[in-house]
Amino acid sequence: MDTQKQLDDFQKRIDNGETIEPKDWMPERYRKQLIRMMSQHAHSEIVGMLPEGNWITRAPSLKRKMVLLAKVQDEAGHGLYLYSGTETLGVRRKELIEDYIYGNAKYSSIFNYPTLSYADICVIGWLVDGAAIVNQTMLAKSSYGPYARANLRICKEESFHKKQGYEMLAKMASGTAEQKRMAQDAVNRWWWATLMMFGPHDSDSPNSAELIKWGVKTKTNDELRQHFVDRSVMEAEAIGITLPDPDLTYNEETGHWEFGDIPWDEFWSVVKGDGPMNRERIKSRRKAYEEGEWVRKAAAEYARKKKLVKAS
Amino acid sequence: MSDTSTQSTEWPLWEVFYQPSDGKPFEHAGSVHAPDSEMALQNARDTYARRNEGIAIWVVPSDQITASSPEDRGPFFDPANDKAYRHPQFYTVPRAVKKRK
Repeated sequence: MDTQKQLDDFQKRIDNGETIEPKDWMPERYRKQLIRMMSQHAHSEIVGMLPEGNWITRAPSLKRKMVLLAKVQDEAGHGLYLYSGTETLGVRRKELIEDYIYGNAKYSSIFNYPTLSYADICVIGWLVDGAAIVNQTMLAKSSYGPYARANLRICKEESFHKKQGYEMLAKMASGTAEQKRMAQDAVNRWWWATLMMFGPHDSDSPNSAELIKWGVKTKTNDELRQHFVDRSVMEAEAIGITLPDPDLTYNEETGHWEFGDIPWDEFWSVVKGDGPMNRERIKSRRKAYEEGEWVRKAAAEYARKKKLVKAS
Repeated sequence: MSDTSTQSTEWPLWEVFYQPSDGKPFEHAGSVHAPDSEMALQNARDTYARRNEGIAIWVVPSDQITASSPEDRGPFFDPANDKAYRHPQFYTVPRAVKKRK
């Protein structure tokens, strides 16, 4: 059991703004919360390749195909930075991956929605990656060193993801009537799901207070969401896109945009596994993992044989 | 866990260091899994240097690294504490010399 003195000393380090490193003493619960949060983040990056990978073969031009390929490869990289960071907490990567493929580890619900047209690829870059940047910029200052450093690396790459999507959407929104309709339709479908990416309201988020106390997070779900809404309103207006919320109003006093009620029933049903794509995503991941097993085995065997030849 | 998990393979872990540019010291980037050092280098390049972040990479088996322990930080580093004479500020020089840069 963690003693009170250990807990107090730990809290003092956090309050001083010190960074916690893998070998440092930490409360068991801090370790557990980080493993949960970091592995969920890692799984999300990996599963995030699926909705976009779906469109690589049907990209509208060679340029867009190269961009999308590079972006999807980055998402794999982000997943690997985060798995690497999580392993410093004393868990094996294989356990984490299998807990997600065969167990019930969670990942971001946003990836349980389908991508119906190429406009969805634009909107994922603009809104989904835009929201991820808001979250990850905060996490780059997290109290746990390996998590902060992984997020810093991710943020450097994520701005390309957002910009390519926003640029492409702007182009579509100023195109033919049909392109405009596609762009607006994609925004209509993704907007609310993106707002849910920041998690439940602070009043319904049991983990938030503890994570903030320990400096894992420095802002609440609602603060991050508000920041994102304020920015998105401006960006939507600049390219002639309407956000699908009739209640959006500017509050002169607070300087923030107020928005309508988020459909939380939908959020919880997707979290519980009943989103449009939950089953499909897990099926695809399981298939990739199992069909890749012979490659992992063959590579291990090749390495073993090479070592033998070298030794003889 | 299902049966698949007990049979599936996990490659060993390697720590990755990269040199950001010519003349700079190597920095720790993270880790990768790979069956041998050659594939560890390739995985490290694909994971940590997709945008020319490095001009050279080292990979080291993670279990080969020995690290100082945080609990011993005080006694481990204290031989350095009482040796102010190792710093230039310890010494005085004539004022005339001091003014010239």
